[in-house]
Amino acid sequence: MAIGTLPAARAHARLPWRARVSEALDRERILGPLLITPALILIALLVAYPFCMALYFAMSNAFIGRPSHFVGLRNFINLWDADIFRQTFQNAFVFTGISVAFKLVLGISLALLLNQTLWFTRMIRGAVLLPWVIPTALSTLGWWWMFNSLYSVVNWTGIHLGILDPPGPNWLGQKYYAMAAVITVNVWRGLPFFAITILAGLVAIPKELYEAAEADGASAPARFWHVTLPLLKPVLAVVVLFSTIFTFSDFNIVYILTHGGPINATHLFATLSRQVGIDTGRIGEGAAISLYLFPLLVLVVWAQLRFVRKQAY
Amino acid sequence: MATVAKRPWLRKAGRHLLLLPFLIFALFPFYHMTLTSLKQDRELYDRYAVPLLIVQAPTLEHYSKLLWDTEFLTWTKNSLLVTLLATTISLVIGTVAAYALARLRFFGFATFGTGIFVTYLVPTSLLFLPLAQVVNWLGLADSKWALVLTYPTFLVPFCTWLLMGYFRTVPKEVEECAMVDGATRIQALWRIVLPIAIPGLVCAALFAFTLSWNEFIYALTFTSSSDQITASVGVTSELIRGDIYFWGELMAGAVLGSVPIVVLYVFFLDYYVSGLTAGAIK
Repeated sequence: MAIGTLPAARAHARLPWRARVSEALDRERILGPLLITPALILIALLVAYPFCMALYFAMSNAFIGRPSHFVGLRNFINLWDADIFRQTFQNAFVFTGISVAFKLVLGISLALLLNQTLWFTRMIRGAVLLPWVIPTALSTLGWWWMFNSLYSVVNWTGIHLGILDPPGPNWLGQKYYAMAAVITVNVWRGLPFFAITILAGLVAIPKELYEAAEADGASAPARFWHVTLPLLKPVLAVVVLFSTIFTFSDFNIVYILTHGGPINATHLFATLSRQVGIDTGRIGEGAAISLYLFPLLVLVVWAQLRFVRKQAY
Repeated sequence: MATVAKRPWLRKAGRHLLLLPFLIFALFPFYHMTLTSLKQDRELYDRYAVPLLIVQAPTLEHYSKLLWDTEFLTWTKNSLLVTLLATTISLVIGTVAAYALARLRFFGFATFGTGIFVTYLVPTSLLFLPLAQVVNWLGLADSKWALVLTYPTFLVPFCTWLLMGYFRTVPKEVEECAMVDGATRIQALWRIVLPIAIPGLVCAALFAFTLSWNEFIYALTFTSSSDQITASVGVTSELIRGDIYFWGELMAGAVLGSVPIVVLYVFFLDYYVSGLTAGAIK
């Protein structure tokens, strides 16, 4: 063997550079890092670095076009003393909690319906998914018009069905109604994601389990509680975690529908952060507001990595 | 109950009846938007008219105003340019990274995989303030090129994550066979793996296109001049004027701004359905 490999090794040393490059590219330890370099550079420069900047800004009194000074945690503490921030903090939890709960319950119901044999299956799925693919900023304009104080089609329909007393609520001008409106649009836009993902989970449940449960005399509700729900748990966990982080950090719907009003009743972290950081130029304070999203992000990432993805990553 | 059980089509009809509220909820806003955009102002602002129908003759007046009296076509062109470039860049970067993560074992690959996943979850509203500063330093303030540069920050993690799942489903043996026959790894990727993974690539491209067409907060923050903004920003910020008689044009803008996505959606519905679930479950 040793005699055989010697000429081969010598031949290798004399290989032209092209062949040597292509041989190096065949090695996983060289090709692997090479292939991830573009993504790595992008993430380092445009995600990791801005994130560090956000941390720095949040601990400085940065103001547009003025040198900034380190102020430690003062921004975070000052925010806690401001009514507008505490209101936003509360709004974010009310908005996320109610929206995700509605999306979950309605999403499971819709997925169960879609899992049955239907006419026009493809068209129905297409219709159900539509709110999720249309640009949110534009579809929210449609909702803005539907909630208009003078020409609201929601009120017109409600009054003619006898549900609402004329002239009906001023949806975007009253505190609780505005929150209800913002939540409605968020549920409308997020429901397709829940329904279609849960449907995929339902399809993956083996039919034999239902047949066995039926043979044992389990009723339809019992089959749902003891077969469907337990097997759906992992999918539900992923969907809820995803949705929680993206609902909590929502910007588009509130920005277009209410701009955070009336009297800050619908401000979320993202909209308040933009108002303070861009409109009034207090970048430091604005960055501190958006960093309040960070603990939740950490929690969701941790939960996803710990419970949901038990693979290497 | 017994009679219902005997007639399966009655049960089926019942299911459709239960689905009806969901379908109305999903589709009504689009119906109402389109309707409003086609109404004459006279009917639109008549508080006693039925808002659910067009009673008087429909009109394309709002559309022609939108196309010829505003910068709508420029905004759409900007949107297309930014979306196509950002999608292409992200798809290339995402594909090679996904292949490396799915197939190759090298130093730090697991850490990088976790990093990609974490980046995938970072919401854009967490980073728009510092990114605005980065964009300023690069001399790209108020330029659509800032969007071409920043959109890949959320598209690349998404494409990588989605494609990693697809590459894993390609049997290793197919690739190994090619390599035994003398192909290099890159040739095997280009000639064997990528053709098999075409459905995945189409799916990633569709989602990247949709995500960047729909992006709003970066576009709103990094650009403001009428010749640099995208369709979403243009319609939401430039069409809203002081007087109240702008709803027809506004709804026409919302409808037209959604057209590219609707066209893709109609042709590739199944990819959207499979991609949506793959992104979350795999």
